[in-house]
Amino acid sequence: MRSGTLFRALVLLALLVFPFVANDFWVQQIGGRTLGLGTVALSLVFLAAHGGMLSLGQMALAGVAGYAVAYFTAPVAGVGLLLPLPAALAIALGLATFTGLLIGLIAVRTSGIYTLMLTLAIAMGFYYLALQNYALFNGFTGFTQVDAPDIAGVSFAEPRAFYWLCIGAALGCYGLVTYLATTPFGLAMQAARDNPRRLSALGYHVASLRVAAFGVAGLIAGIGGVLGLWLNGSISPGSIALVPTIDVLMAAVLGGLGHPVGAYVGALLFVIVQNFAIDFIDRERFNTLIGLIFLGVVLFSPDGVIGLVRHVRALFAPRSEKSGPAIDAVAGPDPANDKT
Amino acid sequence: MIDLLAGFNGRLFLTVTLNGLTLAALYFIVASGFSLIFGLMRVVNMAHGSLYLLGGYVGYEVSVLSGSWLLALVAGAGAAALAGALLQKGIFGWMQGQDLRQTLAAIGVSIVLADLMLAQWGGTAYQLDLPAIFRSFVPLPVVNRYPMPRLMLIGLAVLIGIGLWAMLNRTRLGLLIRAGVDDRRMLEALGVDVPKVFLGVFAIGAGLAGLAGVIGGSVLSISPGEDARYLLSSLIVVIVGGMGSLSGAAIGALLVALAETYGLAYTPTYGVVYTFVIMVAVLAVRPQGLMGRPA
Repeated sequence: MRSGTLFRALVLLALLVFPFVANDFWVQQIGGRTLGLGTVALSLVFLAAHGGMLSLGQMALAGVAGYAVAYFTAPVAGVGLLLPLPAALAIALGLATFTGLLIGLIAVRTSGIYTLMLTLAIAMGFYYLALQNYALFNGFTGFTQVDAPDIAGVSFAEPRAFYWLCIGAALGCYGLVTYLATTPFGLAMQAARDNPRRLSALGYHVASLRVAAFGVAGLIAGIGGVLGLWLNGSISPGSIALVPTIDVLMAAVLGGLGHPVGAYVGALLFVIVQNFAIDFIDRERFNTLIGLIFLGVVLFSPDGVIGLVRHVRALFAPRSEKSGPAIDAVAGPDPANDKT
Repeated sequence: MIDLLAGFNGRLFLTVTLNGLTLAALYFIVASGFSLIFGLMRVVNMAHGSLYLLGGYVGYEVSVLSGSWLLALVAGAGAAALAGALLQKGIFGWMQGQDLRQTLAAIGVSIVLADLMLAQWGGTAYQLDLPAIFRSFVPLPVVNRYPMPRLMLIGLAVLIGIGLWAMLNRTRLGLLIRAGVDDRRMLEALGVDVPKVFLGVFAIGAGLAGLAGVIGGSVLSISPGEDARYLLSSLIVVIVGGMGSLSGAAIGALLVALAETYGLAYTPTYGVVYTFVIMVAVLAVRPQGLMGRPA
């Protein structure tokens, strides 16, 4: 356990030193993007690791928050309403949480891959709505001139300031997820993942637990969505289309669905491949490369990079460490356990 | 009330209804393959839209080379069926039973396939030439005339539906498939070569997607992004209709396509919402889908 603490301290130190040694491109396009995408992926991993539910609706929830912030801070062509930033943020995150709860209400009626399909369908429905609707979403163009805000004289459009904002938000979300796992709510959620019938026999309302988890995931995805909005300076239906929706899943699976940190590890891997694909392969063929890497991870290391690291560590460890839930834990409770 | 009636345009309504039925026909052909694969193998074939696109592109190439639409239809369906069989043999087959992992692998496949097809065929839309006899209009009451290919599509979907029903209910393969849906392990224990049945079903399901791709590419058009559209429609159709049920796919396709077309025609900016209202309503009342059996 001591080596774990030391390792964590080292990672944290690296994250804090990083903006002082790296150039603007690395700080903003790699660091900022990783933390933004990673936070959205974290909401997916939170549901998967602790709730056993795989949701593809997380990018849509990020989009809800992103669109709301754009709508209330950067009106375009008569669409939008200018509000002070704190109010806009509160509304945006509130809406993302609320939408998360709504998706949860629908999604808890399904389990396993059905949840995946249903949330994908909802996410795509939101995409088509944003594409067709001009009154709220400004249709195909979306909101194009959304600058990161100035707060107390600090412009968050500046790469390093933006990085600190991302680090703060990401650490906050990560802290929230790890903290929740130890609360009665988090423990009940994990129990609902492992054996919903026993838990409901103990008097818990499994469905409400799951809906609440979707709400928390909505909040986290919303925070990631706002970071993404400020990084790109714009939001359009393209930001919530099928490809970005799948990107979040890919980041989460690449890192590993078993542990929250997998979200950020996967996002880093994804962003690096995305930015440097041009060096290995034609820039246009980035998707082939990342698709093959993703396929490789699914085929050969279902626990992602985290699982791989754990596996290698277990080879050298004196006694085998208990590993986290494997990818199939996400597919829902084992029916064999469910006959009690 | 009278204003409302006067404002009601019977011709528009009938045209929209016919367009909805056409779309339903296409959705049914794509979704029936998707549903068939899921029903037997529990694989959510996220690459189904890619197979649709592949069939359309191959069909287009063959029709340009040979000038024969029928040959294009056969080639498109065949190419998709072959691709489907290869996927089952090479990837899904050796993680049988791990449905989530198979689904994730299918997502990976669909990303790679979509990108490779974009590299090969670019971003432009293609349309296949239909044989001359189909390129006509059919005189109809109220709407005056309606394009022949669209009516033909409805007829074709009905034929495919009947064909699939007969295959499932009247042939030995259909018997094995139905037995496999009910109890896969029992079927295996009876000495049936289940992996072979799986391979056949995957090829049939993928072939249906490719067939729909050629037809969709003739009646409408084919371009990148269609894969996502038809994957999504298949997902919703089977969620509404029920997984693994042929009649469910038909009812689901009708509901989803009609809701989409009416929505787009009468309330353009909220067109998609109706589809999702239907989906949510069905899930609230029957989580397993209208014709689905409880898991």
